[in-house]
Amino acid sequence: MELNGYHCAGEGCAEAEDEDTAGPELLRPAGGEPPCSSAAAGSGEKAMADGPAHRERRISNSTPARQRLDSLKKSRPPFPWFGMDIGGTLVKLVYFEPKDITAEEEQEEVESLKSIRHYLTSHTAYGKTGIRDVHLELPDLILWGRKGSLHFIRFPTQELPAFLQMGRDKHFSSLHTTLCATGGGAYKFEADFRTMADLQLLKLDELDCLIKGVLYIDSVVARGPPECYYYENPTHPENCQQKAYNLENPYPLLLVNIGSGVSILAVYSKDNYKRVTGTSLGGGTFLGLCCLLTGCSTFEEALEMASRGESTRVDKLVRDIYGGDYERFGLPGWAVASSFGNMMCKEKRDSVSKEDLARATLVTITNNIGSITRMCALNENIERVVFVGNFLRVNTLSMKLLAYALDYWSKGQLKALFLRHEGYFGAVGALLELLNSS
Amino acid sequence: MATPGGTNRASHSLDKSITLPPDEIFRNLENAKRFAIDIGINTRSDTQEADGEPLYEISVQEEITARLHFIKFENTYIETCLDFIKDHLVNTETKVIKATGVDKEDEMSCLIKGCNFVLKNIPHEAFVYAKHADSGFRFQNTRPDIFPYLLVNIGSGVSIVKVESEDKFERIGGSSIGGGTFWGLGALLTKTKRFDELLQLASKGQHTNVDMLVKDIYGGAYGSLGLTGDLIASSFGKSATADKEFSQEDMAKSLLHMISNDIGQLACLYARLHNLNRVYFGGFFIRGHPVTMHTITYSINFFTKGEVQALFLRHEGYLGAIGAFLKGAEEDNPNQYSWGENYAGSSGLMSVSPDLNPMQRARSGTFDMLEMDRLERQLVNLPLLQDPSSYIPDTVDLTEDALAREYWLYCFEEALDGVVKRAVASQKDQPEAAERAEKFRQKYRHKLQTLRHQPFAYGSLTVRSLLDTREHCLNEFNFPDPYSKLGVVLFTLCFLFLERPWLVDAYNQWVERLKGPPHKCALFFVDNKLLLRGTEVVLASNSGPALNDVTNSELQIVTERIAAMDPVIQTAVKEERLILVQSGSSSPCLDLSRLDKVLATVVRERGTDLVIIEGMGRAIHTNYYAMLSCESLKLAVIKNSWLAERLGGKIFSVVFKYEVPSKAQGLH
Repeated sequence: MELNGYHCAGEGCAEAEDEDTAGPELLRPAGGEPPCSSAAAGSGEKAMADGPAHRERRISNSTPARQRLDSLKKSRPPFPWFGMDIGGTLVKLVYFEPKDITAEEEQEEVESLKSIRHYLTSHTAYGKTGIRDVHLELPDLILWGRKGSLHFIRFPTQELPAFLQMGRDKHFSSLHTTLCATGGGAYKFEADFRTMADLQLLKLDELDCLIKGVLYIDSVVARGPPECYYYENPTHPENCQQKAYNLENPYPLLLVNIGSGVSILAVYSKDNYKRVTGTSLGGGTFLGLCCLLTGCSTFEEALEMASRGESTRVDKLVRDIYGGDYERFGLPGWAVASSFGNMMCKEKRDSVSKEDLARATLVTITNNIGSITRMCALNENIERVVFVGNFLRVNTLSMKLLAYALDYWSKGQLKALFLRHEGYFGAVGALLELLNSS
Repeated sequence: MATPGGTNRASHSLDKSITLPPDEIFRNLENAKRFAIDIGINTRSDTQEADGEPLYEISVQEEITARLHFIKFENTYIETCLDFIKDHLVNTETKVIKATGVDKEDEMSCLIKGCNFVLKNIPHEAFVYAKHADSGFRFQNTRPDIFPYLLVNIGSGVSIVKVESEDKFERIGGSSIGGGTFWGLGALLTKTKRFDELLQLASKGQHTNVDMLVKDIYGGAYGSLGLTGDLIASSFGKSATADKEFSQEDMAKSLLHMISNDIGQLACLYARLHNLNRVYFGGFFIRGHPVTMHTITYSINFFTKGEVQALFLRHEGYLGAIGAFLKGAEEDNPNQYSWGENYAGSSGLMSVSPDLNPMQRARSGTFDMLEMDRLERQLVNLPLLQDPSSYIPDTVDLTEDALAREYWLYCFEEALDGVVKRAVASQKDQPEAAERAEKFRQKYRHKLQTLRHQPFAYGSLTVRSLLDTREHCLNEFNFPDPYSKLGVVLFTLCFLFLERPWLVDAYNQWVERLKGPPHKCALFFVDNKLLLRGTEVVLASNSGPALNDVTNSELQIVTERIAAMDPVIQTAVKEERLILVQSGSSSPCLDLSRLDKVLATVVRERGTDLVIIEGMGRAIHTNYYAMLSCESLKLAVIKNSWLAERLGGKIFSVVFKYEVPSKAQGLH
């Protein structure tokens, strides 16, 4: 049976849907089933790649199109639509909330589904630690022929048991939905999902998902703040400002994902990429060291402290050793010669503040990522670098530092790009796989 | 270039000064004509630094014997040293005092100069560190061409330098995460404030309690990427989520891994970008610390999948001082000479495990010495070596072969009495010879004991190095030639008449060969025997005395006498068909990669097509497996029952090894 309609035989056709809001009326629900079995054309992959571009292919009740439509309706997964990325520190959850639900659909919607939808969309915080990043919400998004909002939710991986308990309480398993999950936790907690919440996970590779997610989000964000941006004049703090960047033809691209650890990928096309290297000095290291050094307990707290600190009291700079620039080797006096180098000395250890230590930790980790990234870019001969991952969330300090470091040390050759949905791309990529799951 | 390593013994070092009086340490300063003092970077830039007591390095060149002395010692000794200099040297105008660490621009070039120097002149200078191997060290052979290479100097920060030639180097990169980060962060995170105590702490810790591993995220390996479960995904990742106390040891270990991995990764990225596969690591973070050598080695192996090996240097701590000295001595052009490590005057590499032999380590921490002898001639490869880069002179590596090591150390200890006696006998006219001989006995016995515990102290341990060490110790106490009074005894090749079967018998093939066309020129490395026959003969003999081996000057005299008696030889000498050349060696053994340049020229000019190596030291202990590009004869009588047994024969077995290179090999 089919219910919510849809007139678009084109692939993805976000734009098409936008133009023709009559969509849902085209086909009427015929039965008392939940509004969840329609299908969109093509694969998720195609949806993101071809989406906005293919106006001419939209519509038509011509026979082949019709057939395709039917098949798509069949393959469209049932609601709810989730994508999950279970990382070492954070669980990232994206949820597509259909806004085009008809009265009939509403009526037919099973209680558990309604309850989940209501719970997620009516709150911005869940428990003590779950957060919905409202500012990232993508409204009026057309996904697989349905119009709705994409919500971005995160909570600490430690809280996963509570999440599973909630899933159980809300009878999530009765919906017989597939839960697409990526990140290491998809593997580590697969058994817990099964035993605690009776849920079956579709495990997906995190790097595949990451790239799919990046390309998709960049392609669908048309209004509001630009998804991709860079810092203009990164070496001049007073003139340094965000500028939109068009990522339409991004290849080759170095994609640096800074989560708990760091992965660096060279992306040559949408499905041709390799992991160049990675480093264990990532967001987890920043927070871990900050917790140990300052007694703070959250990322926000650590960042807040860092913003008030002065790293030059902790680090030994080139000018501390050479009195100024080290000209022979082209090292400016302000460059850090030894991170935490001043802390070898007792008096200096006694004179620094926790804020200074937090700032030095941030600068050390960030510069190191910048340095490894730059070497990879040189080795791979790639000039465009996109930084993603939750380490950059509300972390303008690090972003500007990365922009500065890349620009300065490459003499303007390398460009540091950032994406607004920083840490959610893996989860988005997982969601897009839902279409292939049935 | 301060060496915080070993500095925690500062408090103990005062009593050391009793057992090892400064007079002995600085004894060489008196005759010195040139100094180089290397004062550490941390000292200068951090005058209020209280935690680390940096090391000073002094290098001295003796006026007469052309020997370089490098001494490293803690600053508890600096006053003694300065007093000594003041008392003895201040009014001497010829002394030039060089100090690195003052002119910072010079520091790097001194380091590189020193590095080039040790790589060229000290056999087995570089080594690969393998924690789980028998000895921990795999020494590298000296290479004909040391360039290009990457030097990663890990001081408080990291400098990555590409060295392309003697005079051309470039700092291609670096990192601020270095030894200072380990020390600084370590001091903040733990109650331990000293660098090597932090290392000690780290060696006891479990990083997996602090780091987030791949398996902590995945529950196992991340198979599709080939990332194993034990890989660190996020350094200190657990301290961000787990609300508990972490042990100091665990945090120190995690810190050590984080920094070593990071440096290793950057080094690999730079090596790859510049297409270099020889990467040497140095700086105070490395300096003889097994813990850091291990973590760096691990990191390099991981990031390059074994394509690049992390190399370390035995004399890494001296590079700055050596370079400073070389800079100061530029008018003497020290690079035109070859130099050799004097085993008697050098203290050698410290123990692998800090706990294994604490005495030894305490000593090294207090001061360390390196002496280098300037050799009269420049040393080069024998042009007839099939593959100079893979040539290894020594037949058995005693560092690897524990059984053989036991035997030879025992053997040399047993023979010590005899050597002492002969030494005294060689200088009957000097009353204090007995006293000196006794000192020699003590010194050499101590060396043997050291080698028992640390066979790797001077590179790979071999019979050759044991013999050389003995020669050096004898020289040290003015016994340059304990055999001089014995006179030169000439033997004929009497073993040809020894009963067969021989252990290795290619005599018949050799006789067959003699029926063929005559050799153009034969190169004959002699020990105490002489053989003259047809064709042209180049007799290569030792430049300096060793054991009872004939030296070049002795051979000259002998040859003249024989020539007076034998018309064949007389003619040969006259027509220069028989010539005598120095080998450049003063060892009873023979290293074909370090031969007098003149000899190499003669060999090339005369189209030498036969090499005869003769005697136990030259043909058995060394060169038994040496592959030459021309015909060769290796002849010896095994005069040692243990060795004979090991080779499957009896004492006085004869080895007559005749080898002809295959056509293809012979061509180059």
